[in-house]
Order: sequence, then structure tokens, then C-alpha cells
Amino acid sequence: MELFNSESKKIVSDPINVNNPISLQVLGICSALAVTIRLDQAIIMTLAVVFVLCSSNVILSLIRNYIPTRVRIVIMLSVIASLVSVVDELLKAYLYDMSKQLSVFVGLIITNCIIMGRAEAFALKHGPSKAFLDGLGNSMGYGLIIIIVSFFRELFGAGTITLPDGGAGYVLWSIPDSWYAAGYENIGLLVLSPGAFIILGLVIWVQREFAGVEEDA
Amino acid sequence: MTGIEHYLSIFTKAVFIENIVLAYFLGLCSFLAISKKIDASVGIGLAVIVVLTITAPINWFLWEYLLDKGALVWISQDFQDTDLGFLKLIVFISVIAAMVQLVEMFMERFSQSLYNSLGIFLPLIAVNCSILGGSLFMVEREYTISETVVYGFGSGVGFFLAIVALASIRYRIRYSNIPPRLRGVGMAMLLTGLLSMAFMAFSGIDL
Repeated sequence: MELFNSESKKIVSDPINVNNPISLQVLGICSALAVTIRLDQAIIMTLAVVFVLCSSNVILSLIRNYIPTRVRIVIMLSVIASLVSVVDELLKAYLYDMSKQLSVFVGLIITNCIIMGRAEAFALKHGPSKAFLDGLGNSMGYGLIIIIVSFFRELFGAGTITLPDGGAGYVLWSIPDSWYAAGYENIGLLVLSPGAFIILGLVIWVQREFAGVEEDA
Repeated sequence: MTGIEHYLSIFTKAVFIENIVLAYFLGLCSFLAISKKIDASVGIGLAVIVVLTITAPINWFLWEYLLDKGALVWISQDFQDTDLGFLKLIVFISVIAAMVQLVEMFMERFSQSLYNSLGIFLPLIAVNCSILGGSLFMVEREYTISETVVYGFGSGVGFFLAIVALASIRYRIRYSNIPPRLRGVGMAMLLTGLLSMAFMAFSGIDL
């Protein structure tokens, strides 16, 4: 199987760890923060990004030899924008509550730099099967980070863990009332924007410890 | 509220209270990547102001006269119920991409040094969420054309302010003793968190 040799494995696993799109390539942070208030939003967002990134990588890699360099941005964006519109309409049809909660941020997948960045850096230079694997790896790397961030933000900020279901989300576990009675309090700051920045900063730090990468300056 | 006061309040809101970077997390990718150098930050800040101020009104016209429900009545009454809203994303992003390519060509021609220092990030302005976000918020909040111009410009200034502030802080802490793996983006995120906390102080202002 040509698809599962060590090189392909590397294409998938590198972006999850040592070349993570969020913590090391610093791409796609915009949406990473906005959708991490609740775990279920982060999971749905991850699925949307997996779909868009894999398909856009494959499509752009198939047509890469026909794209004139000068207008490549417009072409890439229209491919990506069509895919995102599909996701947007699908969410509206099948997961209406979730699409309401994610509001403009589904649309903003278009401007998620991971997708554009991978198209420019990888899909336009490699064949479709490699491009697919690259898309898979990068979107999973993205998902890993936003799921971790949203887990902590929801648990400590709002005191719940919510999984996605057809409606408004299924509460898997919430902090029992007896804890609150004993004086436990949620950290309200984590739900607000500064909390998102700080948690993501710390997650990036930990992730880099694991990946063993440093940056100067 | 009427006249100039109203516009002033939209502007102040866009710059400080609802800062597009620090409150809405838009445009963070270029925000973090470029803020290593102050002069490059000024460059991209100005580019964002220009692109936002131009694209928001253009998209406003497209939305008002082409895409919104019933927007096509100026052609004929038959289009009363036509709703092209689902094309919003594609149309907006194409306008933005075209504008960015124009700015890129313009910069390459007239300011080679700026062009070199912005490098790969210039095409990425097209996917700078703050630009598309500006247009989407303009639709969501139902601004008029003059409000849109003020809002676009204000958001651009907000981005400029935030990125130059972060670049200056990063410049100051160059020689601080930060844990090695926290250096760079990790530290920048923590600093942005503090900046954002500082900007939250403005949210008490009632305009």
C-alpha cells in the first residue's frame, strides 16, 4: 500500500505534534479562540475544518497546474468559499442550534489561515493523495489544540462539559452543587476574551515542551 | 443621537470597546506573526486600514443592491422575493481578494522595502479574518453606508493600534528571561491576553 508508507505517515503525524498548525506554524488562531467557549462548539468546528481542509487541498492539488500564479489567491479563495458555503448550509439544515451559536465563525473558516496556508505551502506543490493526508493531519492538529483549550475554558469557566448532539448540546458532566455550596467558584475570566488568549498561550507552551521546539525572540 | 456624535461613537466603539482583535479574535494570525517587528507592524496595520476602509463600503453596495432579500427590486418588481444571501461569503471574499491583490501590486511597484518585509503575509491579508469579519458584522448590524465607512475605518485603526502596541511590548521584552519554550508565540498570546484585559476596561464606557 503506497498510501501507508512512512512518508505518508509523517505527513499526517507531523502537523499533529512537531509541526502543529496552531502552536508552531501559528495559523488559524482567529477561529481557534472564538469557538472554544464550549467543548461541543469546538468539536463541530473541528469536523467542519477537517472537511473543508481535506477537500480544498485535494481540489486545489488537482487543478494546480492550471492556476496562473498572478490570480491564484482569488482562485483558492473561491474554491474554499464554495466549500465553506456548503458546510454552512449543511449546518443550518441539520444542526440549526449549533449553526446559530457558531454564527459568523463558520463563515470565517474561509479566512482561517490554515486552509489558505496549507493550500499555498503544500497543495499547490504536491499530488492529490499527499495533499489529502496533509489536510487530514493539519486539521487534526488544529482540532487537538482547540479541543484542549475549550475543555479547560468550559470546565473552569462555566463548570460543565458539553458534547454535541442534534440540539443544544448534551451536558456530560457539570460541577455538582455541593461544590459550589462548599465555596467553589467558576473563573468567569476564562469565558471572556482575555481567558482565551491566556489559556491558548499556556497550551502552546506545554505543546512546545512536548514537541521540543524553541523559537528565538 | 444625531450627526457627528453618532459616527464618533461608532468609531470609538470599533477602536476601543469592541476592538476587532482583542474582543472578537479576528485577524490574529497576521497579528501574531508580524508583531515581531515594529516597522512591519506599522506597515500591515496601514494595509489593513486601507483594505478595510475600501472593502466594507464596496461590500455594503453589493449587499444592499444585489444580495439581500428584495435587493434586486431596482431592476424589476419581479425580484421582490429573490434572496441571494447565500452567495454572501463568496462575493465578499472575492472582492476582498481582488482588493488585496491590487494593494500587493501597488506596494510592489511603489514601496519595494515594505513589499519585501511583509513577504508571504501580504497574500494572507486576504485571509485576514478582520477584513471578512468587518464585512460580515456590517451586514449583521445593518449599518448604513456612512456608518459602514466609519466602522471599517475604525476597525482598521483598532487593528493598527493593537498590533503596534503588541509589537512594542515584544520589542521591550526581547532580553527578558522567558522560559525557552514559551518564547515567541506563547508569550505573545499571554501578552495579548493582558492587553485584551486592559481594553476590557473600556467596556464600561457607555456611548
